[in-house]
Parts: sequence; structure tokens; C-alpha cells
Amino acid sequence: MYLLELLVSGIAVGSLYALIAMGFVLIYKGTGVINFAQGEVIMVAAFVAYYLVTGFGVPFWLAVPLTLIAAALLGAGTERLVIRPMLGEPVFSVVMVTIGLSIFLRSMSGIVFGHHNYIFPNPFPTEPMHIGGIVLSHTHLWSMIISAALMTAFAVFFKFARLGLGMRATANDQDTATLMGVNIKRVFALTWGISFVIAGVAGIFLANVMVLNVGLAFIAIAAFPAVILGGLESIPGAIIGGIAIGIIENLAGGYLDQIVGGGVKDVTPFAVLFLVLMIRPYGLFGTKEVERV
Amino acid sequence: MALRSKTFHESYHEDIKILGTMWSKAWMGLFVLAMLILPYASDTYIVYLVNLSCIATVAALGLNLLTGFTGQISLGHAAFLAIGSYTAALLGDGLDMPFWITLPAGGVVAALAGVLVGIPCLRLKGLYLAMATMSFGVMVEYILVTWKGLTGGERGMYMPEVDIFGYILDTDEKVYYFLVAITAIMVIAAKNIVRTRVGRAFIAVRDRDIAAEVMGVNLTLYKVMAFALGAFYAGVAGGMYAYVMGHIHPEHFTLLSSVEYLAMIIVGGLGSILGSIFGAVFIVVIPEFIKLFAQAVERVVPAMAGKYDEEWNIAVFGLLIMLFLIFEPGGFNAIWQRLKTGFKNWPFTY
Repeated sequence: MYLLELLVSGIAVGSLYALIAMGFVLIYKGTGVINFAQGEVIMVAAFVAYYLVTGFGVPFWLAVPLTLIAAALLGAGTERLVIRPMLGEPVFSVVMVTIGLSIFLRSMSGIVFGHHNYIFPNPFPTEPMHIGGIVLSHTHLWSMIISAALMTAFAVFFKFARLGLGMRATANDQDTATLMGVNIKRVFALTWGISFVIAGVAGIFLANVMVLNVGLAFIAIAAFPAVILGGLESIPGAIIGGIAIGIIENLAGGYLDQIVGGGVKDVTPFAVLFLVLMIRPYGLFGTKEVERV
Repeated sequence: MALRSKTFHESYHEDIKILGTMWSKAWMGLFVLAMLILPYASDTYIVYLVNLSCIATVAALGLNLLTGFTGQISLGHAAFLAIGSYTAALLGDGLDMPFWITLPAGGVVAALAGVLVGIPCLRLKGLYLAMATMSFGVMVEYILVTWKGLTGGERGMYMPEVDIFGYILDTDEKVYYFLVAITAIMVIAAKNIVRTRVGRAFIAVRDRDIAAEVMGVNLTLYKVMAFALGAFYAGVAGGMYAYVMGHIHPEHFTLLSSVEYLAMIIVGGLGSILGSIFGAVFIVVIPEFIKLFAQAVERVVPAMAGKYDEEWNIAVFGLLIMLFLIFEPGGFNAIWQRLKTGFKNWPFTY
């Protein structure tokens, strides 16, 4: 029973990881870059939602779309100001720019919001559900549903939509995509906007599950193993990786913590990540890059 | 002597000389002289900053050899510093070993760790490699906190002062010459590594590893060598850090410090020895300028009083990384080279 409980809460945490991982994967698929500032966007979006609800008294159902619009604008703005000037530069430089952006956003948030904890007004019923003797909170259930819905939506989008195909083409080869008539500037702006919207969704959920403070940004680092495990460009991979990492860290926390003493939960995903990369350098579902010299 | 217009090299030997012209020799001589008299001409605080810059320079050199020259992105550089630092502290404090054992030992142990990371990372490239090195960093940080028997956990470890055959370096001025000497050795070594066969192999691997392999560069050997070298430099820097601080703590070796070292080589110039020095000095000194600036703002706007804290430094790091990458990807090194050519060719543009 203990094992089953660990598994279920692992899946619940994992679905949040999957949601975060999807944001990473989307940007990688669209632009070939890992956005290290994803966690900061999650945190900022959570704060925006918090201030809308508590500061301005906006009802929760309205605060969500407003937050997501703000996130989309932030995404498009980031793309325009920070990423667009880097068009055509090596990937390493672009990734470093996002690292710079991440520490900039995080410390600015620290200055603006301070380092104390905020309590997010929970919109979901607080008493957990009991399904066959297993306890599950409403927030976790909803995050699972939303992750599943978003995953389906994106799978369809990348497979059939013109824009989705354009995004895949851009990720594959920017020059060729331009030659084929893909407006890669628009593709980039949209990619970042959509990805930040996903980060916003994740932020609202996370603020409910965890305490809301500036440290929320580090959740994205905790989600990296999920992204890599699934492979950087696979959305189903992100979901599977997220849930797998959620289960693994919960099992490690449940069984190993007494032996080693504290904190195993936080480090196991990284150990798993390291091992997986040794065996499959492109993650479980990533595609191997074929290089020409 | 004829007026110098351009430098004409007549042999490869001349071309790869470190101090090619009389002028560069003269400037170098002046620089060495300035470094020697610095403790007498300035106050302790500046000496302390130079000491920190020396440590940062050695660490940044290591990362630049690995990331800037060989193109292997490492987000776990602080972990190598940590390994060197803790090794030095274990030997220096626990076993009372002298510095000429602890520093090289720290470097060697870190280099072994570098090989251990490098070999499994051979198949990884780009972002996946960054992720792998990052998780190595996270794991090392976890071990530092958890393995209390070895590392002291959250309490950290202590390190005695440098003892040169009975002469104890207990002030910043005394330790200054020690650090500058080590840094000079490391810089000269790095400069020589990159101008020889090994360095050219590193650059070939960075530019196109498959092409390099086709041309006969042993990828396995040189990638692992780059990891070992980078880690060795980091380990030595870690040992120096332990000696200067006297106390080391897991918090000094986090992901953020790894990013700080990356910031150094980006701001200074990727793939440039001089750039590593520029970047290291700049990142060490910039918080002081922010502090001065904050104080100036406080005087003008009293409402801002007491608003300054560490957070602003980190925000400025982030901003600097972005601005340099967008506007000056070559870093300070590129600015320096431009200034130099501009000066040399004046009044002509080229």
C-alpha cells in the first residue's frame, strides 16, 4: 500500500514535471535552444496570478487567462529583445543568453517580491479525494488532466497544422526553412509565446501545490532530468520522462531517505539523468542528429 | 631602427611566439613590475581583490580550455573547484601537509574527477553535455552537504594559512605574491598548451569534431585531456581559494558559481587566454563598482538607502552575460584587439 501511495503521488508530481518539460520541449522543437529561464517565467507567472487574485480581487477564472496573456506577451517580448538579436549565432551563445536572462529575472524578482513565502488562494477544493484508498489532491488531478489535454493538442498541432510544421522545419534547419518560405521570425515569436503560456499554466498549478516564493524558479532545474530523459524534442517523451522522474524521485525519497539521510529525493533525478545520458545520449525518445561535415 | 608599420613573420617559430615584438616585451616587463610593487602602492583591500582575481583567473583558464578552446560546455565547473578545494583542505588541515603537496594534489584529484566525467561524456554534445555536467555539479554539491564524515557537511572545513618552510603567509600582502606566482605559472602553461599541438587539436575539436577526427585528431584522447586539464586548473584554483578564505563551505560551489565562471569566459572572450584574465578580473571587481554606484545613488535619492544587497550583483551578472553575448560576442578580448590594432595603425583605419 505504501508503494502504491508513493507511485500515485509520484505520478501526480510527475505530471507537473511533464507540464514544465513540455515548455522546454516546445522551445527546443521550435528554435533548437534550451531556455534556462523557463523556471523564472513559471515563478513570475505565479506571482502575476497571485497579485491579480489577492491584490486586485480578480476572480480566479478570469485571473488565469489574464496571467496567460501576460505570459505570452513576456514570451514574445523576450524573443524580440533577447533572442532575435542572437539569430544565426551558435546554440551555445543563445543558451548562455537564456542563462543570463534566468539569473537576471530571478534576482530582480528577489528584489521586487522579497524572499518570504506567499500563500496562494487555492481555487480547488482543499479536502483530498479518496480513490480506492489512495489519497489524491484536486490540484494534482487537474494538473494531470491539463497535461494530457495539452499533450494531445500539441501532438495534433505539430503533425497537421501549417504553423506546427513550420516550427519543426525551423528547428531542423533555419536556413532551409527560410528558403522554403517559412517566416521564421513569426515562428520564433509564436514559439516563445506559446511556451511561456505553458510555463504560466505550470506556474499557477505549482503555486497551489508548493509555497509561492522566488525559489519556485528552481523547479525548472528539477524538471531538467525529465526533459532529457524523454529526449529534448519529443512531447510524448516529456510526458513519460516527467512521470518517470516523479515516480523515481518519490520512490527514492520513500525508501532511501532513511538510509542515506535526507535530500535523496532532490539528487536522484540527476543521477538518473547522468546514467541515461551515458546509455542513450539523446534521451529515450530523442532523435539522433545526423551530422555532415 | 625603422619605424614599425606591420609585423612580418618569416617563420612559424616567429608566428607563434608569445612575446613577438620588442614592444610587447617592454609592456610585459612594465606589467610584471607593476604587479611586484602593487602591495606597496595600494591598500589591503585592493590587494585582497587582486588575490580573488588570481583565483578566478586560474579557474576561468580551466573553463576556457575546456569550453572556449575545446567547445565542451561545462555547467559543473564549480564541482571541480569544490573537489580541489576539499582535497586541499583535507590534506592541509587534516594531515598538515604543506602547500606544495596540497595544491597539486587538489588539482590531480580534480583532474581524475574530470577524466571520470569526461569519459562517459564522450558521446554527448552541446546541450546534452551541458545537462550532464550540470547534474555532475548537483551530485557533487549533494555529496558535500551529506557526507558529513568527510566534508563536515553544512559546517564546512577549515584551512590553515600557507606555510612556506616555516614562513607563514598570514596577511593579504604576503599571500599576494604566492598567488600571483602560481597564477603566472598557470597562465604561462595555458598559453603554451594552446600554441602547441594539443591546443591546435582542441581548437579543431571545437570547430568541427568530425572533421578533426578525419584529419587524425584522436577525439577520445583530446576530449578527455581537455576535461582533465580544465578540472586540474579548477582544482588548483579551489586549493588557492581554500588558502585565501581559510574556510570552505558547500555554498561556495553551487550551480550559480558555475554560471559565474561561464560569465567570466564569455565576458572576457571565449577561446582566449588574455580574455580569461580580463573576464575573471572584471567579474571579481564589478560588485565593488555596483556597491559604489549604489552608494552614490543613496546619496542622491535617500529613499534608496539600504536597498542594496547581493541580489543586485547577481542581476548585473545576468544582464552582463546577455549584453555581451548580444553586442560583443568576442568579449573584452575582442575590444582589446580592436583597440590595439586601431592604435597600431593610427591614423589609418587598417
